[in-house]
Amino acid sequence: MTSTQLPAVGRPPADGRELRPPRRVGFSQTLGRWDVKLSPYLYISPFFILFVVTGLFPLLYTGWVSINEWDLLKGQGDFAGFDNYANVLQSAIFWKSLRNTISIFLLSSVPQIIIALFIAAVLDANIRARTFWRMGVLVPYVVAPVAVALIFGQVFADVGGIANTVLDKFGVDPVGWHSQVLPSHFAIATMVNYRWTGYNTLIFLAAMQAVPRDLYEAALIDGAGRIRQFFSVTIPMLRPTMIFVIITSTIGGLQIFDEPRMMDQFGRGGSDQQYLTVTNYVYQLGWTNKNFGRAAAAAWLLFLLIMVVSMVNYFLTRRISSAEQMTKNVKRKKVRS
Amino acid sequence: MSAPSVASVEQFAGKGAARAAARKRGRVGGSDRRPRWLTYVILGITLLVAFYPLYYAFLLASSTAPDIARNPIPSLIPGTHLWENIQRVLDADIGFWNAVRNSIVVAVVQSASVVLFSTLAGFAFAKLRFRGRGPLLVFVIATTAVPTQLGVIPLFLVMKQLHWIGDLKAVIVPGLVTAFGVFWMTQYLEGALPYELVEAARVDGASMIRTFWSIALPAARPAATMLALFTFVASWTNFFWPFIILGSSNPTLPVALQLLQATFFKDLALIMAGVVLSVIPLLLLFVVAGKQLVAGIMQGAIKG
Repeated sequence: MTSTQLPAVGRPPADGRELRPPRRVGFSQTLGRWDVKLSPYLYISPFFILFVVTGLFPLLYTGWVSINEWDLLKGQGDFAGFDNYANVLQSAIFWKSLRNTISIFLLSSVPQIIIALFIAAVLDANIRARTFWRMGVLVPYVVAPVAVALIFGQVFADVGGIANTVLDKFGVDPVGWHSQVLPSHFAIATMVNYRWTGYNTLIFLAAMQAVPRDLYEAALIDGAGRIRQFFSVTIPMLRPTMIFVIITSTIGGLQIFDEPRMMDQFGRGGSDQQYLTVTNYVYQLGWTNKNFGRAAAAAWLLFLLIMVVSMVNYFLTRRISSAEQMTKNVKRKKVRS
Repeated sequence: MSAPSVASVEQFAGKGAARAAARKRGRVGGSDRRPRWLTYVILGITLLVAFYPLYYAFLLASSTAPDIARNPIPSLIPGTHLWENIQRVLDADIGFWNAVRNSIVVAVVQSASVVLFSTLAGFAFAKLRFRGRGPLLVFVIATTAVPTQLGVIPLFLVMKQLHWIGDLKAVIVPGLVTAFGVFWMTQYLEGALPYELVEAARVDGASMIRTFWSIALPAARPAATMLALFTFVASWTNFFWPFIILGSSNPTLPVALQLLQATFFKDLALIMAGVVLSVIPLLLLFVVAGKQLVAGIMQGAIKG
C-alpha cells in the first residue's frame, strides 16, 4: 500500500523535531495540533456510532433476547436458557423453512451464475452499441423485489398464468407453481434471478475485460477455439470474482424474505409452508405469534449458519487466491526465460 | 510485437485515441473481431427477458380483471383502462401519495447521509494517519459481510422504547450509514486523491475540515455520485424493515404495494397499476443515470 511509504499528512513529528518551520505559534498552533490529532476520529465516528447502535448492537442483543422469555407486548420475562433454541430446533416448521431457504438459494444462485457468465462472455465480444446492451441487462435491478414478486406471481399463477398457459399449448399438465414444493421454489428463484442476473453479468464482464488479452492470443496460437478459450482461460481467470459473487449472494440469498412474502396475500409461506423461508419464519414467530424470544433464537441460528457458510467460502477463497498467486509466479517465470 | 494496451493508450493519448486503438485491435483477428449476428440475437433475447415482465405489468395495468381472466397471455397492444386503474390506486385507502412522499424522503435523506459520512470516513481512512487506523478499517470491511438484517428484533424493541413505531425516522436512522459506503469511498480516495494535494492544502494553513471540504470532496465526486445512486435504489426497493416497523398507517412504496395486494388480491389490473406507478420513478432515474450505475458495478467488481 502506498500510504505507508509517503509522508503522512498531518502526522505530529514522532521525535519532536519539526519538519518545517512552524507557520503559526502559540495558541493557534496547539489548536492546529489538536485538529490534526482528533479530526480523523471525528470523521470516522458518525459511521462507527451509527453502525454500532443500529447494526452491531441489535445483532448481538438478539443473542440475549433469545435466551429469555420475551413477549412482543409484555416484554422480557423469565430467563429461559436454551429453551427457545430447543423449541425452534424441535419444530418441524423450522426445518421446513431451512429446507426451503437452501433449496431456493441453490435454484437461484447456480443458474444465475451460469447465465450471467454466458451473457458476460457475449457482451465481452467487440459488439456495437455496448453501452446500450450493458444498460439493458441492468434494467431489472431497479425494480423492487416486491414489484418483481407481484409480476412473476401472476406469470406463475396456478390458474390463468402465462407459464401454465404456455405449458398447456405444448400439452403439458398445469404445474402448481404456488401449491407444490419444488415448483414454488423455482418460481421464487426466478424472481431473484430476474433481478440479479444482469447485475452479476456486469461484474463478470468487468473481470473478463481485465483478463490480459495476450492469454487469448497464446491460446489461439495453441489452436484453442472460442469455447475452449472460454473454459481454459476465462473461467480460471475469473475464479476470484466468482467467489466474491458467491459470497455476496450467499449472505443475501439465505436471508430471502420479500419474494416468498409476496407470493400470496397471506404471507404465511403457503398452505403447507412449502415456500416459507427462515426469515419469513422469524417474522412469523416474532410478529404473528408475538414470541420474540423464539424469533430471536431462529434469527440467531440463521446468523450462525450464514457465518459458517461465509467462513467456508473465505477459506475456499484463500486457497484459490493462493493458487492464483502460483499461476502468476509461473507466468513471471515464463516471461523471464 | 504487440500493440499497447487500450488502457495505456487511454492514459497517454486520451479516450478517442483509446477507442481508435481498440477498433484497430478489433480488426487484428481472433476473439476481438466484430461478432456475427448470433451474438445480437442472444443479446436481443436477453433484453426481451429483461423488458417483457415490465411491459406485461403495464399491459395488465391497462386492462380489466375480466380481460385478464379471459386472456392469460395479454395481447401486446395495451388496453384503454390505464388511467382508470391508476385513479383507483390513488383513491384506494392506502395513502398512495403519502407512500410516494415517504419513499422519496427516505431515499433522499439516506443517500445524502451515506455519501457524506462515507466520504468523511473514507477520507480519514485513505489519507490521514491515526492510531488504530488499520484494525478499524479491517472492522469496516468485515462488517460489510455481516447480515445486520437479522438484528430486527432488538431494533424493533429500541424503536418501541423511542415511540418511533410507524414513524419514518425508524426507517431512516438505521440506513444513515453503510459499511459498504465507507469501504467504497476509502478505495476510491486512495487512488484519486494525491497526498501532495492534501499536503499543499495543509501547508497553506487550511484546517482539516477545510481540506476535506475543498480538496477531498471535489475529488470524490464521481464515486460519490455512484454511491448515492446505489443507495437510492437500495432504499427505494427496501421492504423488510419498513414492512415491520411502519405498518399500514404510514407506508413506503413497497409496503404500499403489499397493502394493495392484501386488500385487492383479486383485482390484478389495480395491483399492476400500483406496480407500474412504483417502478416508473426508478426507470426514469435509470434513463438519466443508468450509465453511471453500469460503470459503478464494473468498477466495484475490479476493486472488490
